[in-house]
Amino acid sequence: MTEEIIIAGFGGQGVLSMGKILAYSGMMQNKEVSWMPSYGPEMRGGTANVTVIISDDRISSPILNQFDTAIILNQQSMDKFEKTVKKGGVLIYDPNGITHHPTRTDINIYTVAAVDEAAKKGSAKVFNMLILGAFLKLKPVVDPEYIHKGLEKSLPARHHHTIPDNENAIAKGKEIVMPKYLLN
Amino acid sequence: MKDIRLMKGNEAIAEGVIRAGCDGYFGYPITPQSEVLEYLMMNKPEERTGMIVLQAESEIASIHMVYGGAGCGKRVMTSSSSPGISLMQEGISFLAGTELPCLLLNVVRGGPGLGTIQPSQSDYFQAVKGGGHGDYKMIVLAPASVQEMYDFAKLGFELAFKHRIQVMVLSDGAIGQMMEKVELDEQVPRLTDEEIAIKYPWATLGKPTTRERNIITSLDLDPVKQEKINIHLQEKFRHIEQTEVRFESFMCEDAEYLFVAYGSSARVCQKAIQLGRAKGIKVGLLRPITLFPYPTQEIARLSKQVKGILSVEMSAGQMVEDVRLAANGAVPVEHYGRLGGIIPAPDEVLNVLEEKFIAKNNHGRSAN
Repeated sequence: MTEEIIIAGFGGQGVLSMGKILAYSGMMQNKEVSWMPSYGPEMRGGTANVTVIISDDRISSPILNQFDTAIILNQQSMDKFEKTVKKGGVLIYDPNGITHHPTRTDINIYTVAAVDEAAKKGSAKVFNMLILGAFLKLKPVVDPEYIHKGLEKSLPARHHHTIPDNENAIAKGKEIVMPKYLLN
Repeated sequence: MKDIRLMKGNEAIAEGVIRAGCDGYFGYPITPQSEVLEYLMMNKPEERTGMIVLQAESEIASIHMVYGGAGCGKRVMTSSSSPGISLMQEGISFLAGTELPCLLLNVVRGGPGLGTIQPSQSDYFQAVKGGGHGDYKMIVLAPASVQEMYDFAKLGFELAFKHRIQVMVLSDGAIGQMMEKVELDEQVPRLTDEEIAIKYPWATLGKPTTRERNIITSLDLDPVKQEKINIHLQEKFRHIEQTEVRFESFMCEDAEYLFVAYGSSARVCQKAIQLGRAKGIKVGLLRPITLFPYPTQEIARLSKQVKGILSVEMSAGQMVEDVRLAANGAVPVEHYGRLGGIIPAPDEVLNVLEEKFIAKNNHGRSAN
């Protein structure tokens, strides 16, 4: 199993930390992982993206231009990364703020209304965990017990009291992910 | 139980030098390697091992602090990225002229000038052919993973003191910024002053009572003596070429085509090999781990086996010169590179290999 993922959105949405939790969780399950962030001019321009690879085998290139799954959280990232999903792959996006919805017909497309859900919950902080839940529902590449361990490992001890909230958000994300366009 | 962590390349080498018994780090921040200094500052190695971490006022100050520390027989280092390493070249030449061991890290970014902060490999010539003045070589290690960033801290100090030479870890922004699993090993204790006095008779110890004091200088105005010093250095470099070559072969046994690539580019080529093999193209990778000494003999050997070699590097074609020297006309050697901070994609690299060699060969076959 190898899952190659791009997560892309605005800085501050928790894109990099969501990738980190995923990578830590994979590591706890004894998988090979890599986490390659954007750190260049795009970061300084407000957008952020990270490539995460989780695999049973040694990972070759940590830098990719084609992905099994793209998780897209703003319009700029949609413009840039819709085309990078491998044929038959998965695109997950939050429709909030998206003006040009994806149009590809050779991939599976899902929406997750995480901004709305986080607003309902009154906690913008769990936004990225709702998204992570949506991803894990579609691609259960890491077992839930290891997600727990990944949260423990990646969050500093002073934030460990937030782990139950994070896990609830992951569970909620699994519920609210909706198919938008599916291949036969 | 194994101590396995998820770390950035920059953090891994910082932890690596602490555990390798480093005595002092002197550096100045610059993207994309500032995490080295940050990690060292946050982890307070002075409380763990007594190691000193100092942010100098500039890169020029950093390298001369290294010069001073190395002269005392201490395990010292600095790190920077391309423009900062350029500033250090005078000091590096002085370290070479006085045969002082040290560890240098260049997390390369695109140039020339201030360039960009994105990954590049355009400092190969500077590192391998001598960025400072005079006839000298450094041992140059090229990590291709976060684990190797960690491992090369210890290896770097070992080689530096074994040969009294400067060891440069030539990394790039991608290896520095990405996170991967790292397996950490035991703490190597720092040497005491007494141990240094016994192990390194060339080191300066202040005013020793047991022997004449050592004077470290790279200046000797007598050309006869200066030639002798140079001949000694050259003999040392030849010895290193005989004994310290390191490389990794990936799917070379049955290869008809060969990538030669180091660092991030080697990782991209591994993926290109997977894609190529799935299409029935027998392609392998020779990854130099030491850029000096270069795996010349292994490339010469493989050049008699394969039909074409593609040197892939994030530069306009620097390492390819050494690949061509090694192949020595036995097989066509081509270069492919992206510039200014762009990392080539695996399918892009494979396409180039097919265009340069395979399309051509098919044409040749039909003509036969």
